[in-house]
Amino acid sequence: MAVTLAQAINQALKDAMEANDRVLMFGEDVGKLGGVFRVTDGLQDRFGEQRCFDTPLAESGIIGTAIGLAMYGYRPIAEMQFDGFTYPAFEQIVSHLAKMPNRSRGTVTLPVTIRIPYGGGIGAVEHHSESPETYWAHTAGLKVMTPGTPEDGYAMMRAAIDSDDPVIFLEPKRRYWMKSDADLPVETEPTHRSVVRREGSDVSLFCYGPMVRTAMEAADAAADEGWSLEVVDLRSLAPLDTQGIVASVQRTGRAIVVHEASSTLGMGAEIAARIQERAFYHLEAPVLRATGFDTPYPPAKLEEYWLPDVDRILDRVERSLEY
Amino acid sequence: MSEHGSDPTVAPRSEDDPRLLLPPDEPVHLLDPDGTEHPDADHPLDLRDEQLRELYRMMVVTRKVDREAINLQRQGQLGVYASCMGQEAAQVGSAYALEDDDWIFPSYRELGAALVREVDAAGLLHLYRGTWLSDHDPYAHNFGLMSIPIGTQALHATGFGMGARFDDNPIVAMTYFGDGGTSEGDPHEAMTFAGVQKAPVIFFVQNNQYAISVPLDKQTAAPTLAHKAIGYGMPGYRVDGNDVLATYAVTRRAVERARAGEGPAFIEALTYRMEAHTTSDDPTRYRTKEELDEAAKTDPIARMKNLLIARGLYDDDLEREIDEQAQAVATYVRDGIYDADHGDPMELFEHVYVDPTGHFDEQAAQLRAELEGSEGGA
Repeated sequence: MAVTLAQAINQALKDAMEANDRVLMFGEDVGKLGGVFRVTDGLQDRFGEQRCFDTPLAESGIIGTAIGLAMYGYRPIAEMQFDGFTYPAFEQIVSHLAKMPNRSRGTVTLPVTIRIPYGGGIGAVEHHSESPETYWAHTAGLKVMTPGTPEDGYAMMRAAIDSDDPVIFLEPKRRYWMKSDADLPVETEPTHRSVVRREGSDVSLFCYGPMVRTAMEAADAAADEGWSLEVVDLRSLAPLDTQGIVASVQRTGRAIVVHEASSTLGMGAEIAARIQERAFYHLEAPVLRATGFDTPYPPAKLEEYWLPDVDRILDRVERSLEY
Repeated sequence: MSEHGSDPTVAPRSEDDPRLLLPPDEPVHLLDPDGTEHPDADHPLDLRDEQLRELYRMMVVTRKVDREAINLQRQGQLGVYASCMGQEAAQVGSAYALEDDDWIFPSYRELGAALVREVDAAGLLHLYRGTWLSDHDPYAHNFGLMSIPIGTQALHATGFGMGARFDDNPIVAMTYFGDGGTSEGDPHEAMTFAGVQKAPVIFFVQNNQYAISVPLDKQTAAPTLAHKAIGYGMPGYRVDGNDVLATYAVTRRAVERARAGEGPAFIEALTYRMEAHTTSDDPTRYRTKEELDEAAKTDPIARMKNLLIARGLYDDDLEREIDEQAQAVATYVRDGIYDADHGDPMELFEHVYVDPTGHFDEQAAQLRAELEGSEGGA
């Protein structure tokens, strides 16, 4: 039976709450409404208003109280309604959630999962299409995951909730309705490992979240040109699967990083650095990037010019192959 | 409740009249600086003689350790220190009103509250020495980590209180922040959440008149800080924070109310920060000696001593015993922190993640190699 990414995550939340009565789900509009994307649909009916509840409209409050609840002994899942509204919670995430286990010298653990629908491509109004992953990946103490398939939507969500470390769980909102024939529950690779979605020999595409499907489409189109692209779904942005990345570059000799986020100091910068540190002599060409521009996220009517797409990826592939 | 709606020209208010959430015209005050008592039927004292001596003892020890910490900073042993001198009654009186199972979520200036909780005083100073970021297990004392970003810990108290309420666990979470903290967003959100959730949380504000150099009148236009409470649907209490008995009594009432499921409360304790903001600060740039001299007349410790004398509970033996104890704790702190070692640098990687898989393999190896290299070269 076909399942969408949103349904897979919803099922993971249900199963996790069923399995452990210390798991709580809360945020803005997650209760009666079931979340603006319906990812928490049915949770309040099933588990009651104490385990799935609407909070006041205050993101720092959501994360700060999640920390207190975790200190008390709960396993909170907090939803940030949109990527662009995580910034009010930045201090609680960076100064407390990420640091407290360390500054407590291990006496405090904070098994908090923060769900964030992120990325563009849905014609949304300003502040609803951002890709803030670099902020979280740059912050020591956080784990950052993002599923690119419904199967991972389920399995990685379960892993995030089970994790004793805080997890930023980035949900590619434009893929919420992406379908798969997965039978849930499903298990996938351990979350800290990347997965080769398509094997290839000419160029490696490193991608994650919403760009996994775009990269697969690019690989299809490239095949028509006679180019064999390998698509590597990174899945975890912190930690980053350096081994998996390097292994792919060793196979192909060429690497392109694909993400929606702006180029400068995006994940591509870190991945390019790791590749040249560890696989310099395997490289046939510089590591290239197909990303969003270093401008604020554009108005909806212009996002098609801003977001990386198949053409932008193929342009980089061509440049790489020309070296 | 005499402190609420006591104006005889208006009709008696029903129990759900929101004006009952407003603070009294005058802060609750049970003890004059000369030790004269002002009993208040709304705030009966349930303290035995031994507890009165205990409150005094804890304030004296707090001041002694506080002074020792300043000395240690002057001697280069601490990088910085934030003194609580002058605020001993506000801290000791409020913390003493809690039960052992209750929790405290402090800022970085709560030495007095920490000592009530029997947190190791030398250990607390590791944050200021820079040897490590904390040295106490919060679960061993129900005392959270010291929190430096202003007011942020209030949300942790609210979350904790929510957890307790979900579990029908009759405990209370109390958080401390200052007059400056009331301007931050997080205490506002913490009180909003606590109000909605009816969480058993006490927001204890030590209004020490200054946020570093900025005085209260540049911090807020509210009539008093306690007036803010009504906006969150909780009562705002106001108390003479240099009066340890009043602080205890007001907090005790708020705590019992929260424990009974009646929700959070806000307490504004009026006090005065006698020392600099921290040892890095120069308060002569923003306040006068005359102001300081005036504030010294309301000293919380002298006041409590006067009460003990007036009640016949103070003699030379007690004075000697308390002085010796305070000196012993100060010596313990000095011995514990002086030239304290930072320990194994490899611990840097140890507590960042419960499961560090993939995170630190290379960097930990790099530091280890650097350490071995420097040892080899020595």
